Amino acid sequence: MVSLVINGVSHHLDVPETMPLLWAIRDVVGLTGTKFGCGIAACGACTVHLDGAAVRSCSVPVSAVAGKKITTIEGLAPIDKPHPLQTAWVELGVPQCGYCQSGQIMAAAALLSHKPKPTDADIDVTMTNICRCGCYPRIKAAIKSVGIA
Amino acid sequence: MTDTLSRKDALRIFAVAGAGFSLGLDITMPGTPAAAATATDFSPLVWLKMHPNGKTTVVLNHIEMGQGTTTGLPMMLADELDIPFSTVSFELCPVAPAYYSPFWHGIFTAGSKSTPTMGPVMRKAGATARAMLVSAGAQAWNVDPKACSTSNGFVIGPAGQRAAYPTLFAAALALPVPTDVVLKTPDQYKIMGTRQRRLDIVPKTNGTAMYGMDVRVPGMKYASIEKPLQIGATVTSFDASAALKFPGVRKVVKVSSGVAVIADNTYAAFHGRTLLKVAYAPGPNAGLSTDTIYAEGRSLVQKPGIAMKNTGDTEAALQSGKTVTALYETPYLAHATMEPMNATADVRADGVTLWLPTQAQTPTQSMAAEIAGVPLEKVIVHTTYLGGGFGRRGEVDFAQDAVEVSKAAGIPIKVVWTREDDMRNDPYRGGTINALAGSLAPDGTLVALKQVMASSSINARTSPARITKEGLDPDAARGIADLPYAIPNQLSSWHKLSSAIWVGHWRAPYYNASTFPTESFIDELAHAAGKDPVAFRLAMLEPNQPPRGVLERVAKLANWGSPLPAGHAHGVALGQYDGAWVAMVAEVSMPGGKLAVHKLTTSVDVGQPVNIDTLEQQVPSAIIYALSATLSGKITFKDGGAVQKNFPDYPVVHMNGSPEFVVDIVRTARPSTGAGEIGVPTLAPAITNAIFALTGKRIRSLPISDALA
Repeated sequence: MVSLVINGVSHHLDVPETMPLLWAIRDVVGLTGTKFGCGIAACGACTVHLDGAAVRSCSVPVSAVAGKKITTIEGLAPIDKPHPLQTAWVELGVPQCGYCQSGQIMAAAALLSHKPKPTDADIDVTMTNICRCGCYPRIKAAIKSVGIA
Repeated sequence: MTDTLSRKDALRIFAVAGAGFSLGLDITMPGTPAAAATATDFSPLVWLKMHPNGKTTVVLNHIEMGQGTTTGLPMMLADELDIPFSTVSFELCPVAPAYYSPFWHGIFTAGSKSTPTMGPVMRKAGATARAMLVSAGAQAWNVDPKACSTSNGFVIGPAGQRAAYPTLFAAALALPVPTDVVLKTPDQYKIMGTRQRRLDIVPKTNGTAMYGMDVRVPGMKYASIEKPLQIGATVTSFDASAALKFPGVRKVVKVSSGVAVIADNTYAAFHGRTLLKVAYAPGPNAGLSTDTIYAEGRSLVQKPGIAMKNTGDTEAALQSGKTVTALYETPYLAHATMEPMNATADVRADGVTLWLPTQAQTPTQSMAAEIAGVPLEKVIVHTTYLGGGFGRRGEVDFAQDAVEVSKAAGIPIKVVWTREDDMRNDPYRGGTINALAGSLAPDGTLVALKQVMASSSINARTSPARITKEGLDPDAARGIADLPYAIPNQLSSWHKLSSAIWVGHWRAPYYNASTFPTESFIDELAHAAGKDPVAFRLAMLEPNQPPRGVLERVAKLANWGSPLPAGHAHGVALGQYDGAWVAMVAEVSMPGGKLAVHKLTTSVDVGQPVNIDTLEQQVPSAIIYALSATLSGKITFKDGGAVQKNFPDYPVVHMNGSPEFVVDIVRTARPSTGAGEIGVPTLAPAITNAIFALTGKRIRSLPISDALA
């Protein structure tokens, strides 16, 4: 039995301790906004916050995160009161296929939480999530629009 | 959050997510009596449902994989219907004949065909509904319909009467559906050619957009299939005893593509695979490698192939003047969509239900009907959002996995491929080997161009009826036999490679491989002729045509020929994809011998632009997709299996490698083409031509990382 606190809710899961957090979130708890992309922490589609920091949940076993504060895209902000980044994503028309965007937004939110006005270089270094649609120019613009505000 | 959604709920959530942008935007209808509106929808054709509350749902037979079609097609309908775009949402149609595309004779999304083939249908649907509402208004006011007009959801009478569309539904429903409506002329467009927010945007920012990967149905188990590393090898035996002991693993079954581990969750299915012992019998690709494929191709292109184009007397013309020859090669490429392949199937004795991210609804339906042994209409296909497509999801292999496992297990199954499965079992963009020869007259004019290409054939696998009796795959000629240049003697021919590795449609099919050799070689010829690469091309282009138009515009926009910062150089390329034209100027530098791509200036002519926002998104999108391939994309083979397996050995462009973009959109009244592919073809040659201008090094084989190594 593993206890996870996801978006402020405690879940007691009967899963192997080796199960990656991603699959506990998606298949066991049932929050599917966090995506599977590569399974080896290379693409960032599975990015969630662990005690406020961005982590790639496909490569973190549930045993390592018991009791820590886990936030997924569903817990970033209420649906009807979006996070400023989510609003910027809509205003600047960021998503295309959209599959990587939960991870992109979670990575960007973690960046802004410790660097409210990131430079282009900050964004280039921190935002290493892959987007196969090539939304990068608008992702950068959206982050900067929030950072400047 | 419930653990498992009911099937109905799953679909309802998708429908709501799809309608996200229009939620909460009730329009007011001044002057409308409260009880006047009919309680029913007005839906004179299957493509639209006008609702009593003033909103309109556009029904689409094309899916959304990021390309923006589920916004563009509704824009085209809404423009003709004359309604505010803020009142529009979309839903996907059932997979049934009433909704078949006149182009595909089925339901399929590919090849940039959505806008050119369904756009006219959507426009006519909007115009038809509008004409009926105008007639209903004219009838009510006892005036000639020709004296009436419309404005933003209202019919306007000659004396200034105004009737909101919903107040006319009941009367319009009684009218015959006209077949001879007149469409707007470009000067009358209000929505087409403007910038509109995507209708699918909000759910794609909060995790609620439902992809195939997110489908959950009652009683469903997860499965993952251990497949042979050698493509085409077959399972001879397997031992699942260790796998079955892993917590959550329920069952192991053999299917045509491998051995499926069925489990309570994806992790158990993935991990169970590592505990299997599987024996394989080698297949037709045994012993095949990148070296054997390219050695065959290099040998084949030494002699003439099956003719694709033959004008003038090229062989004779090549005997005179200044002759240039070169061998160009392109590598195999994987699609690597963000969402790995997956599908959910429920195969029952009386029918099949599928939930999946597919571009190929009709082929999927046929495949499932055949495997399950049920009539076509007993196969229900629900399409989710697609986490990228790029042509990959036009295949049915991943859907077949789910159908076979569900059939074997007797329960609903979601099959999930790992990234490694996805990269090793791709219908790859095939490699090509190209021998080119050109002859220049003393004045530097190109008088002859010869090309012999060797490649695999997509159609030989997917559409064998398209292969000619001479054995030619006619699509091989795309980007070679249709060059825009006036060259008096042209000869091109083709050889089919013998490899059994699957090749398939990859963003900008055919042109994604053919434009690099042709546009690089044209650049070589320009330099050999001592001419400026833009001027050399312009001299061979007809006036007042799209290819010349985009080249002239991009040269001006990029200040072609003007000095650049020290150590920087420009390269140019011109290309097409099925009626769309593109010219591109790349600005590069090579600090410390390492390539830096600074800026891409692009002029595109896609006919009448639909959504400017989508165009400004899709052109850089396609360029970045092609940039990943051009810089480092390469799938190699060893003993019939792909060597690369995940992003570390198949690197793609990240944020820090995304260059600056300038996108120029030609405003034209020519019918709209597709726009999702047009950034791809010219990217590689624009960059390699710039590298030549900077360093004198001519790159004739991709990716650039290999050529510069």
